[in-house]
Amino acid sequence: MLLDRKARITKTENWGSYFLISLATPDIARQSQPGQFLMIKVSSSLQPLLRRPLSIHNRSGQEIEIFFQVTGEGTRLLGQKSPGDLLDILGPCGHGFSLKPEFKGKEIFCIGGGRGLAPVYFLARELQTGGARPIIFYGGQTLSDLPLKSRLEEAGWTTNFSTDDGSFGFRGLVTQLVEKELKGRKPAFLFGCGPEAMMARLAEICQAARLPAEFSLESNMGCGLGVCWGCARKIRKDGKTGYLRICQDGPVFPAEEIIWDRD
Amino acid sequence: MADLSVDLGFLKLKNPVIAASGTFGYGLEFQPLYDLNLLGGFVVKGLYFGPREGNPPPRLAETPCGLINSIGLQGIGVEAFCREVLPPLASLKTALIANICGEDEDEYARVAEYLSQYKGLAALELNISCPNVREGGKCPAQGTEATYRTVKRVRQASSLPLITKLSPNVTDIISIALAAEEAGSQAISLVNTFLALAIDLETRKPKLGHVLGGLSGPAIKPLALRMVFEASRKIKIPVIGLGGIFSAQDALEFMVAGASAVEVGTANFVNPYACPEIIKGMENWADQNGIKRINEIVGTLRV
Repeated sequence: MLLDRKARITKTENWGSYFLISLATPDIARQSQPGQFLMIKVSSSLQPLLRRPLSIHNRSGQEIEIFFQVTGEGTRLLGQKSPGDLLDILGPCGHGFSLKPEFKGKEIFCIGGGRGLAPVYFLARELQTGGARPIIFYGGQTLSDLPLKSRLEEAGWTTNFSTDDGSFGFRGLVTQLVEKELKGRKPAFLFGCGPEAMMARLAEICQAARLPAEFSLESNMGCGLGVCWGCARKIRKDGKTGYLRICQDGPVFPAEEIIWDRD
Repeated sequence: MADLSVDLGFLKLKNPVIAASGTFGYGLEFQPLYDLNLLGGFVVKGLYFGPREGNPPPRLAETPCGLINSIGLQGIGVEAFCREVLPPLASLKTALIANICGEDEDEYARVAEYLSQYKGLAALELNISCPNVREGGKCPAQGTEATYRTVKRVRQASSLPLITKLSPNVTDIISIALAAEEAGSQAISLVNTFLALAIDLETRKPKLGHVLGGLSGPAIKPLALRMVFEASRKIKIPVIGLGGIFSAQDALEFMVAGASAVEVGTANFVNPYACPEIIKGMENWADQNGIKRINEIVGTLRV
């Protein structure tokens, strides 16, 4: 059930344009599933007007964490918040990743590109709780795009890093690293979140490898509640193609339902 | 406690606040959040006869204190609406209003006729003012003749009370409002969104897939207030005012300008509890100001 809460910020961390914010919000924390998101009011004025949709990065007891990159005015204002500030949040919104009982004992590939790592941390934790073995891939253009590198390493999961410029980990795209790892591993499923081109390429790789997959899509949103239809995207479902809402019908969709925007 | 009820003549509302079409889904989406019976009424998402795909994304562009949308009236059509949506809503004790659309006058009439067979609707809101469905944002509400003809045609097709939603994208709102009145509309709702453009300078492309869209939100409030003021002084039928209402104060200003009731739109996106909070705020204001009946303030602008 969707809840409307004033959540107090308990901690903020920052690396360049990336931010990690902890929020005390017990009942939203309790209900949250990996892949779901919050609609956050970043200003108490009418400017910017709309809430910002942000993935739930982690749940820790009564707290929720969000991880984001400053990409515009809304996230810039959010990055200026301090511990003690109250944030007006709605959530948990949308449908998250499908965590299946049959994942138990299996390797599951979890790919986060840049800020797309946001839902991957929570996902990996829940996969581990369910007895699956998450294999993490975290890619960025350069080392500074991997601010949560040590956090992933500390979690104890098998983690693979890539940077386009080779400043850390595998030199190249995270998709190339996934392809390389697929030669030696046979995961049961792949989850991904990141830039459109990254997810589109992963979908091709998965199709070729007959690996089932789900991706979390990003969009500007008007409401996050499924009423405005502003975040619609062409989705192929039950043999039909039509506009579905990323906020309500997603943000996570099975790979085969997504029609990729290759521009 | 002040009496918030308003009488539009053809329809009594328990309070003046109606959730606006396109911002409230089919109502069902808000049911888990609060009791819809708190509302004066709500207008469901625009209905064509058949299902409609809507416009290509991106469909939203945020602007200073505003939002440009080009959704394009994506929707399920009247048959699915009457089969799946109407039954659970029909027992509500609030005014349920259907927003009706058409590619041409025939379709408007067919939609109105179809809906009239069902119980549960308090009125039809005739959407002749969506800027997102025809080339260049054109709509029937931009001409007195097209307005008159469409209203007349729907009037003949249905016995349900008719509210005609007008476009602000006109040079003379009074003549269009008079045309709607003359053709038999029992009320007008004013304003729909302002035809608008947002540009991405880097790519020199429009921010919306449909190029143009409709601007809503607090940015348009002063423009909408002016039009409600102008139109309400010249027509006899009630005006339902809308355009950027985000607070009780905004709603009350519309009533002072001449609106008998108001619709709340974009605010529902930002704050899903906007409508009940505005109702509560209006009640508090009336009590604090010794207003016994809220309809006392309608059209009381001191000029």
